[in-house]
Amino acid sequence: MDAKIVLSLEKVTKKYPGVLALNNISIDFLEGEVHALLGENGAGKSTLIKAVAGAIDVDAGIIKINGQEYHEMTPSLSRSLGIEVIYQEFNLVPTLSCSENIMMGESVGSSIFFNSKLVDAKASEVLKQFAVAIDPKKLVQELSIAEQQIVEIAKAVSKNIKILIMDEPSAPLSVAEVEIMFDIIKQLKQKGVTIIYISHRLEEVFRISDRVSVMRDGCYVTTKNTKDTNRQELIKLMVGRELKESYPGRKNPPGDIALEVKNLTGNGDKNISFVVRKGEILGISGLVGAGRTELAMLLFGAEPIQKGEILLNGQPVIIKSPLDAIKYKIGLLTEDRKGQGLFLEMSIKWNISFPIAGRISKYGIVNTKKEDEIARKYKERINIKTPSLLQQVINLSGGNQQKVVLAKSLAAESDILIFDEPTRGIDVGAKQEIYQLMTDLADNGIAILMISSDMEELLGMSDRIIVLCEGKLAGEVKKDQFEQHYILDLASGTH
Amino acid sequence: MKNQSAFLSRLGSGIGSFTKKNVPLMILIFLMILFSFMSENFLTSRNIITLIRQVSFTGISAVGLMFVMISGGIDLSIGSQIVFTNVLLAIMMVDWKIPPGLAIPLILVVGTGLGTINGFLCIKLKIHPLIITLGTSAIFKGFGYIINRSRNIMGFPDSFRWFGQGYIWGIPVPIIVMVVVALIGSFILTRTYFGRKIFALGGNEEAARLAGVNVNKMKVYLFMICGFISAITAVLLLSRVFAGQTITGQGTEFDCLTAALLGGVSFKGGEGTVFGLITGIIIIGVLNNAMQLASFPDFSQTVVKGSVLLIAVAFDVYQKNRKAKETVAKVAA
Repeated sequence: MDAKIVLSLEKVTKKYPGVLALNNISIDFLEGEVHALLGENGAGKSTLIKAVAGAIDVDAGIIKINGQEYHEMTPSLSRSLGIEVIYQEFNLVPTLSCSENIMMGESVGSSIFFNSKLVDAKASEVLKQFAVAIDPKKLVQELSIAEQQIVEIAKAVSKNIKILIMDEPSAPLSVAEVEIMFDIIKQLKQKGVTIIYISHRLEEVFRISDRVSVMRDGCYVTTKNTKDTNRQELIKLMVGRELKESYPGRKNPPGDIALEVKNLTGNGDKNISFVVRKGEILGISGLVGAGRTELAMLLFGAEPIQKGEILLNGQPVIIKSPLDAIKYKIGLLTEDRKGQGLFLEMSIKWNISFPIAGRISKYGIVNTKKEDEIARKYKERINIKTPSLLQQVINLSGGNQQKVVLAKSLAAESDILIFDEPTRGIDVGAKQEIYQLMTDLADNGIAILMISSDMEELLGMSDRIIVLCEGKLAGEVKKDQFEQHYILDLASGTH
Repeated sequence: MKNQSAFLSRLGSGIGSFTKKNVPLMILIFLMILFSFMSENFLTSRNIITLIRQVSFTGISAVGLMFVMISGGIDLSIGSQIVFTNVLLAIMMVDWKIPPGLAIPLILVVGTGLGTINGFLCIKLKIHPLIITLGTSAIFKGFGYIINRSRNIMGFPDSFRWFGQGYIWGIPVPIIVMVVVALIGSFILTRTYFGRKIFALGGNEEAARLAGVNVNKMKVYLFMICGFISAITAVLLLSRVFAGQTITGQGTEFDCLTAALLGGVSFKGGEGTVFGLITGIIIIGVLNNAMQLASFPDFSQTVVKGSVLLIAVAFDVYQKNRKAKETVAKVAA
């Protein structure tokens, strides 16, 4: 391949107090390639992006763009060289329209007056490239997460870009939307744009990328042509040891019915009925916006139920608040860990014990000895990697944060656990541990509902899958019928 | 020799980390040393007791404000609550001839009621408490003026003098009350389930709701506590001044807020200790006292106070940013 090198890092090093985030990294990126960047959480991918984008100063090393050497990169310099980054957290202004967001920072027409017609026209031109219908006049806050993602991409593309860096772009997207994004990536590639693609989902890396570089613990490991490598090899390179991404087998078959839902309506969901047995993992599939998280919120009492019945062990119950749900031993692990699950500035111990702090109190005074015991017990049981339970949760990696959320629900001794996207943004090693824990829980008679957009995980972990589409139950799939296309058909309402 | 230097360096780093964690305390010690050089009257036990008594009233109210602030709220109506309850208590005892033994519990109930109004407005209107309490502040103060009818209400029973002017073992009663309120407050915040819920609310309201906390009920309770504590302050102030005037208590929330921010109570919620708060209170006391000893004109004192509040806010923001930076560093690594 004699493609031109557009971006090259030479011996880039970045130190943070106590850790070497980037250790002598040298990587070349070619013109018009899709270059995947792989590594576990904490491998230094995010730091690398920030170095290229000029968001941080590097301690040593050179960044070369089109042959020109830069010792210091700043955000404006990086942009003027045609580098755009789409971070995991969106950089959109929710109260402005799509077109205003897309055209932000560009001077369109007159330099004094804002010409909204011209801005809308220009923005819809950009949006037209993507095969999706988004009204450019709509406010960003009215869009779904997937649509916001597209606006974010459109915003980047509207500039004359040479290099587009995407950090976990598929995380909030459903399968169909990922396809749209892949199309966009292909178009950009044809125009000669270099795409640096970061993802934890290996199957995407194989589908979309030309080359793949692996990082581990701040070090560069290797770069391979995607077609010359395979899944096992990449995982091994990332983890530094042999690790099978497989789904642990189950020991015990499901038992009696634990939860039965009849004609549940509310929060955008209509007439949903299903059962979950003790010791069963029920997968819940659907596209983004199909009402999966909404269903979880209904069951957990976080949103009002308009109609329908919930039966626990055959007895009808009324769940009006999360407190009721917790009383009935239902636990929810939310999709949005940081926003809904954790108290980031509090310690691990505090987080684990908070939901049960009332139960281990006498006259309202928390029994700190018991609290210590419980926190230590669950920390060990699910292997939260931390030197101290007093560590603030904000300082943990994504995988460990998810384990804290899990520890919290386990400490509450729930009989029914709802997992909403349990492994989103978690690295391979931690994923495996979460799968093992979920399997152990099911084997111990806990009923599990698992919402997931990761089809492989859904097929691998579930005993049964129900599929939602536009707030309605589209179908139920038994284990012997598990087939990706069939479920996708149900989810997209074409069946 | 080697051991000794190792010991010294350990001691050094120990002091270093202690200093870093206790910035407010360091500021206080620095100010005290500074002022003791500037005025020989400053560091006398009599002056120190006077100084603490001066701020003890603010200190008591500040504990109430801290409860609301840790939960992520704010109460700007504290001063006006004191104005109203102070005048009403004077009227009860003088106009209605209710004995202090009955009037005081009654006024505590009224104070709690004012807090309940704040709480209900916050959860029903779903508007930031900053605006709600700014509004109720004007209302409470207005009612205080209305019922006071421009009088200087006097003629309380002598037994009522003790609360604001009496001593226990040579220590003024308001200081004792402040210490008791602070200790109880600290116990509730750090040791009880209720305290956990306050921090949870300020740390992440949505996560608290999903963890089974009745968010609305908690918010009302916290404003009630704040109102109750402000009524305690009103009782002590009335006894100290020994005349029912609408001027008493006005602007208390300003000093409370400054003290809380100086003492490391976060404006964003989820953070704060009683120890820090009391340190903040005493810093304000020291500044007030020093300005009086140096006979600063009143108006200049106002300028200084405003500046201190802004410095405290800047300090709060600075701490937040530093923490955020450290965290980003750790997470990115």
